[in-house]
Amino acid sequence: MSAEIYRKVRANPRFSELEGKRSRFAYMLSAVVLITYYAMMMLVAFAPEVMRTPISAGSTLTIGVPIGAAIIIGSWLLTGWFVSRSNGEFDRLNNEIIQEATK
Amino acid sequence: MSARKQLLGATLLTLMGAAAYAADAIGAVQKQPLNMTAIGMFFVFVVATMGITYWAASRTKSTADFYTAGGGITGFQNGLAIAGDYMSAATLLGLSAMTFSKGLDGFIYAIGFFVGWPVILFLMAERLRNLGKFTFADIASYRLDQGTIRSFAAFGSLTVVCFYLIVQMVGAGQLIKLLFGLDYTTAVIVVGVLMVIYVTFGGMIATTWVQIIKACLMLFGGTVLLFLALSQFGFSLETAAQKAVEAHKDGIKIMGPGSLLADPVNAVSLSLGLVFGTAGLPHIMMRFFTVPNAKEARKSVFVASGCIGYFFMVVCALGLMAIVIVGTNPEFFEGGDTAGKLIGGGNMPVMHLAKAVGGNLFLGFMSAVAFATILAVVSGLALAGASAIAHDIYARVICKGSATETQEMRISKLATVALGVVAVLLGILFEKQNIAFLVGLTFGIAASTNFPILILSMYWKGLTTRGALLGGLVGLVSAVTLVVLSKAVWVVVLGNAAPIFPYEQPALFSMPLAFFFTWLFSVTDSSARSQTDKAGFEDQYVRSQTGIGAATASTH
Repeated sequence: MSAEIYRKVRANPRFSELEGKRSRFAYMLSAVVLITYYAMMMLVAFAPEVMRTPISAGSTLTIGVPIGAAIIIGSWLLTGWFVSRSNGEFDRLNNEIIQEATK
Repeated sequence: MSARKQLLGATLLTLMGAAAYAADAIGAVQKQPLNMTAIGMFFVFVVATMGITYWAASRTKSTADFYTAGGGITGFQNGLAIAGDYMSAATLLGLSAMTFSKGLDGFIYAIGFFVGWPVILFLMAERLRNLGKFTFADIASYRLDQGTIRSFAAFGSLTVVCFYLIVQMVGAGQLIKLLFGLDYTTAVIVVGVLMVIYVTFGGMIATTWVQIIKACLMLFGGTVLLFLALSQFGFSLETAAQKAVEAHKDGIKIMGPGSLLADPVNAVSLSLGLVFGTAGLPHIMMRFFTVPNAKEARKSVFVASGCIGYFFMVVCALGLMAIVIVGTNPEFFEGGDTAGKLIGGGNMPVMHLAKAVGGNLFLGFMSAVAFATILAVVSGLALAGASAIAHDIYARVICKGSATETQEMRISKLATVALGVVAVLLGILFEKQNIAFLVGLTFGIAASTNFPILILSMYWKGLTTRGALLGGLVGLVSAVTLVVLSKAVWVVVLGNAAPIFPYEQPALFSMPLAFFFTWLFSVTDSSARSQTDKAGFEDQYVRSQTGIGAATASTH
């Protein structure tokens, strides 16, 4: 029974549309997180003095602190974006495809 | 310099497991006087969790209840439980200790341990939920040869579970000796007995709730500690930083990247091992099967990464403030010498901080939380091990699916008891051993054996049974060999002068090897089996994307 449904889903052009959109979105977000992180690591390895710049004149805290916090908070916000788009738009499309295949 | 580097290496490595104290403090830990506050608080935790286990036992009737709480955990609850798994005693003690001694470097390291989570969500969470039923081997062997790949995956899970259990047991014994003033053997037996009770009676429901409670306690404790410590600096992080720079022997240097990241290859290999090793840990993957659908699985990673990110930032701030509050107070140093060693070892700053700002009561609370943490993690491990034995090896490979529900349940409970006995015995046996190499092994094997098979089976149509088995073996052998040639075994255990493999984590090298040979042995595979393997991908792919046919929540 399942095999029949899987074939129907596979043949549905909207399935290709969904998986294309969803995969591109997932790859893009992964790339954003990893590129930002490794860019920071490159700064640390090759231009550590940049990370030692004070936040403002006379302050002890360096920009390394807000950069690090921004990476953690930013990538968490991206997970929020991913979840809301997946659980909304993509899941709606997904349910429609499943309904078409099982009716 | 070399002694400092060595100490640093030990700190880094220990961060990778909940054995923060174990690796660099074994043999050095002094038994402290009996701490009745801590023991009392821990006793309250045990009574509460026993109550939950009693309740959970009445709801644990089927194997699905036992392995995955019947898929009835919500995304939010599961998110807290995952966060609990990740916010180990090692992150609390190790990360704060790293910031305490190295400043900003500790924070940069914490980020490396965090960024894996979003990526796991984007690429894996939903497919894990849609394909898996009870174990990681379910996914690995979805379209490949059941006998071969399921056995191999179960073997991979069990190896990781056993090594990690030893690490946790030895860590528990040392930590409890230090914080509670209890005898090592007593501590190990207490952990083993409680773990077996939680798991055999309460299954995944009890294990999850123990983890949730512990995660909440840890977040609460961390936040209160942050508040109390910040109040000493007029709630200004800038003031805290200024005073820390004045108090630290490295001065202003602690506010920038320093010696910790001097060797980027080592840093990258460690972070690869941690991120992908985590994704390959059977007790973490198992968490994705406890929620009813992919929607909740995604939510759980959102909640988990929020808690983890917050906690990491809090812990690093605590480490910074400890430089001032703990680092200048002779009361916390051996012989009252602030240039000397911290009482209890290098991983204790956050515990001393708790005592300094919150008194004995708060120290007792934080000690109890640290103990609860270990208990929660070993319970998850025991459950993952029991499901590999009962579900994969017994029900699927030996009985080929003909075992009844009752038989499988009995085997899973027997397996839990057996794992408990083994864990206690090995914990006692390894008391005086340096077990740092086990942490490297655990994450190395998880990242180089479990993870490549898992990700390729989900993403690559061309993966065949032969490729997965031989590639997995290459990953296993190379990870083990490199760990043996590294300092932790070659120098510390075998007594040679210098390590042949200069890094602490093999992942940077063993992972690409595993991927390459999996690919090579798959594309050159023209057996009849390989046709079946590839033909199965289409259906698996549709299921992984849509969730059609995925295990659903059981009704109660």
